[in-house]
Amino acid sequence: MIAIVDYGIGNLFSVVSSFKYIGADAVVTSDAEVIKKCDRILLPGVGAFGDAAEKLRQTGLDKVIIEEAKNGKPIMGICLGMQLLFEKSYEYGEHNGLGLLKGSVIGMQGVIDEKLQIPHIGYNALIFKKEHPLFKYIKNGDYVYFVHSYYAVDCEDSLLAYAEYDKDITAIVAKDNVMGCQFHPEKSGEVGLNILRAFCEMESTK
Amino acid sequence: MITKRIIPCLDVRDGRVVKGVNFEGINDVNDPATLAKYYSENGADELVFYDITASHEGRRLFTEILTQVASNVFIPLTVGGGINTIEDFDRVLKCGADKVSVNSGAIKNPSLITEAAKKYGNQCVVISADIKRVDGEFHVFLHGGRVDTGMEAISWIKRCVDMGAGEVVVNSIDTDGVKGGFDIELLKLVCDAVNVPVIASGGAGSTKDFIDLFKEIPEMSAGLAASVFHFGEININELKKELNNNGIKARI
Repeated sequence: MIAIVDYGIGNLFSVVSSFKYIGADAVVTSDAEVIKKCDRILLPGVGAFGDAAEKLRQTGLDKVIIEEAKNGKPIMGICLGMQLLFEKSYEYGEHNGLGLLKGSVIGMQGVIDEKLQIPHIGYNALIFKKEHPLFKYIKNGDYVYFVHSYYAVDCEDSLLAYAEYDKDITAIVAKDNVMGCQFHPEKSGEVGLNILRAFCEMESTK
Repeated sequence: MITKRIIPCLDVRDGRVVKGVNFEGINDVNDPATLAKYYSENGADELVFYDITASHEGRRLFTEILTQVASNVFIPLTVGGGINTIEDFDRVLKCGADKVSVNSGAIKNPSLITEAAKKYGNQCVVISADIKRVDGEFHVFLHGGRVDTGMEAISWIKRCVDMGAGEVVVNSIDTDGVKGGFDIELLKLVCDAVNVPVIASGGAGSTKDFIDLFKEIPEMSAGLAASVFHFGEININELKKELNNNGIKARI
């Protein structure tokens, strides 16, 4: 069973539908006990980093996720959910994340070529950096759907794949049992569903 | 780099796709869920659904169908038609829409854009404009091109983007239905005026029209069409192969 963490941020319809579609059992929950009982955790998220991090702290779910990560349970963050796995974000100020991955999150504004549109919206190709079980059903160069204005940097430690948008934009990260996708696998057609399928097959690292 | 997007548009009335489609192997040519699945498996990068229903019952059917589509199709879905309030945004987003397109609703009440962008993010708010030449000026029209608002189109679109619209659909009434190519002149003006993705609509008749569109306006994000896809005149996968052959990146 997958725990889709509901902390009052964003629309969970597509994430829930995509797991249902690939035949995986998932439950939307904000209950620490339910999260602990599930064998994997999905951290979704759309919106601003500061608000989301604050909501995780207010609900105490930050501690639950950190503890479960330490227990070796497979955890995947999507979009803002991935960004929250890092130490820090500089979106409207400076905010602490969960600190499960080394690195921070910065804005594209003023960093990438000013002729390019921000947000980075659309399908972009994944460029693999390292092999990983998450890539079991996809290949280098496959397209996935991005919608974001901030991206993770200084994360060589966990970087698995990036996309080119003037700079190398962090796309997939993983360190042991903690994983994340900057793009939306639930909106990336068959390629995205195949990443979720591989996530559902990941074993606990402990 | 980001690929150019190809987007089929489906007009839905009382839960059925208007006009239907003409593909081999599809039995119910008016069923939105069947068509959405067909398109998503055959190269469409996103789908746009326009609810052209007038009745309350039709609207209820539309949201039911949207839920069904969104449960089985995993590419971005944009929904338009009858979006006048923040509750309308809420209604279609809860059923699985990713973006909401506003047209007359924004003309009647421009603050709807700001309000929606604050609540759901700019990426969620699409401004769609029907535009026609009037005495050498581009004007925004209402009601499928029957009513001239008198507003100058480029400044209207710029204003909408400043208020928070994250994407623009430009539908040229002059080229719509003619199948003689997109309205390059108008689209260039819009692309020069805003720095958010612009989607071209109205006038696609052949693969070459899409190639011309992206060659002449490299910053154009997407091309949208309806009948040429529905009637099988252009196959989306073939079109995208041709785009790639012409040095225009498309997702295969």
